[in-house]
Amino acid sequence: MTVIIRQGSLKLVNVERIRKRGAYSVAQSRLRIMLKFFWSVFAAATLNPVLFLMSVGIGVGKLINNHSGGVDGVNYLTFLAPALLASAAIQNALDEVVFPVLEGFKWNKSFFAMNATPLSAKQIADGVFLAAMIRTCFSVVIYGLVIFLFDGFTSSRGWFAIPLALFAGASFGAFVMGLAVAAKNDDSFFMILSRFVIMPLFLFSGTFYQLSTMPIFLRWIGWLSPLWHATELSRFFTYGHHLAPIMVIIHVGYMVAMLIFGLNFTHRQFEKRLSK
Amino acid sequence: MTQSSGDSVMISAKGLTKRYGDFVAVDGIDFRVNKGESFGFLGPNGAGKSTTMRIIAATLTRTSGDITVLGKDPEKFGPEIKAHLGVVPQADNLDNALTVQENLYIYGRYFGLSKSFIRGKIEELLDFAQLVEKRNVKVDDLSGGMKRRLTIARALVSEPEILMLDEPTTGLDPQARHILWDRLFRLKEQGVTLLITTHYMDEAEQLCDRIMVMDKGSIMAEDSPAGLIKNYSTKEVLEVRFGSDRNSVIAPELKELTDRIEILPDRILMYADDGEALLHTLIGKGLHPNTSLIRRSSLEDVFLRLTGRTLVD
Repeated sequence: MTVIIRQGSLKLVNVERIRKRGAYSVAQSRLRIMLKFFWSVFAAATLNPVLFLMSVGIGVGKLINNHSGGVDGVNYLTFLAPALLASAAIQNALDEVVFPVLEGFKWNKSFFAMNATPLSAKQIADGVFLAAMIRTCFSVVIYGLVIFLFDGFTSSRGWFAIPLALFAGASFGAFVMGLAVAAKNDDSFFMILSRFVIMPLFLFSGTFYQLSTMPIFLRWIGWLSPLWHATELSRFFTYGHHLAPIMVIIHVGYMVAMLIFGLNFTHRQFEKRLSK
Repeated sequence: MTQSSGDSVMISAKGLTKRYGDFVAVDGIDFRVNKGESFGFLGPNGAGKSTTMRIIAATLTRTSGDITVLGKDPEKFGPEIKAHLGVVPQADNLDNALTVQENLYIYGRYFGLSKSFIRGKIEELLDFAQLVEKRNVKVDDLSGGMKRRLTIARALVSEPEILMLDEPTTGLDPQARHILWDRLFRLKEQGVTLLITTHYMDEAEQLCDRIMVMDKGSIMAEDSPAGLIKNYSTKEVLEVRFGSDRNSVIAPELKELTDRIEILPDRILMYADDGEALLHTLIGKGLHPNTSLIRRSSLEDVFLRLTGRTLVD
């Protein structure tokens, strides 16, 4: 029979090291789980942009280009691509911060297992978020490459759209992650989130047309949406969409504020739920 | 290897209290756990055992009272205390998508252990948990007993000073329970400090050096299993059944034959140091039970005596 306790935790475990690196070990284990589903993530990341760009970008685009010579002075695909990129980033981020977070608290309770180790609630939240962002980054880069192949970036600075999309995914993802932790009822949470939040944001954030073509009483949806802010900035880089300097500050500021608020909110929710 | 070194105190609580609004989950309890000791909290569901465990494990704050774990206050030194605990919760919380060895690996990483140390440790733990052949199997595909053993193995990856087990064998079939008891007994032999909650008296008797009987948040008694039985019960118990209608009719007559009887819905327990002799007296008086059984007193009888209720309702 093997001797199980040989040196003892007093010698083996270094709390200072965990304080510094704990969030990374959480992120590593989350990525390990994601890798089990690598091919489905990869297929989704590749097929999603191809299908969207072909059907809406080229198909609907042809109609629009023929009818009015494009949107915002460029062909429809060029106009649409940065918005699709940002919305894909948000969708990917949400895929990793909603279901997996509920799973960790409710279904397999793996966050409670982590909480029994020297990791803090904040480190657990940060690790989960970091891993979600790495997956989002992976999908967004593939999306960007597909856009490039479809000739959707007309400017040499077009690749700026990739980090901007990731930024949108991070700011919205951080906030929704906190909501998922706080959700009392999973089923209605998903229903409300996907039907009454994600869908309207996708449709009313200047994704398919400029926000200014909407009546004023609907534009606020776009103003609240990180998707609109990221898209406006991206369009500035991908094809030279006109943007007043003050608007650049507002767009960046809004996403930064949402990211900081979202992370703080999520930390608090993790702490609360893990000590209940 | 950690050897039991007598009286060095691992956990000490004084007036420990946890309230949820008006409900008192833990009601001012005092206890001490020494190094190398196997200490059990015995009581029915809702007795406050798990709440006490969570306060010790620094995952729940207390309402009042004092507690130190390894000399530190869990509310102020959460990570410092958790670094030396191995926690086996009531419900397994393994990562189902990962394999057996991956679960051990990532848990070791949460304790900041080096990759090479964990690799060696995994071999020992797989052997200990009898899961060597299952190392590359996904947790989803393990039986309940295997998952439980893996959860225990995982808790040992950091070589904890204290291993805390919350209802370790609840929900397992008898064979799986015996395998698990054997593993835990080996840990106890190696001098690991064990903290166990259970509502199974046989489990408490097998594994614990000292037992704290809890009910409704309070301590009813504390002693070794043998000491509890000696103080709160007789050597033997005579169980008689007269049929559910007649039990209560006959009970007054039985009361005159011995100091203590307990009337349960399906049977009557008669406490005596010599069960055989008591049965003879019973039959001599013309009272013929449908069935009778003489057995040794157990912690169940102690609990019945202390609370007037059975452990498993």
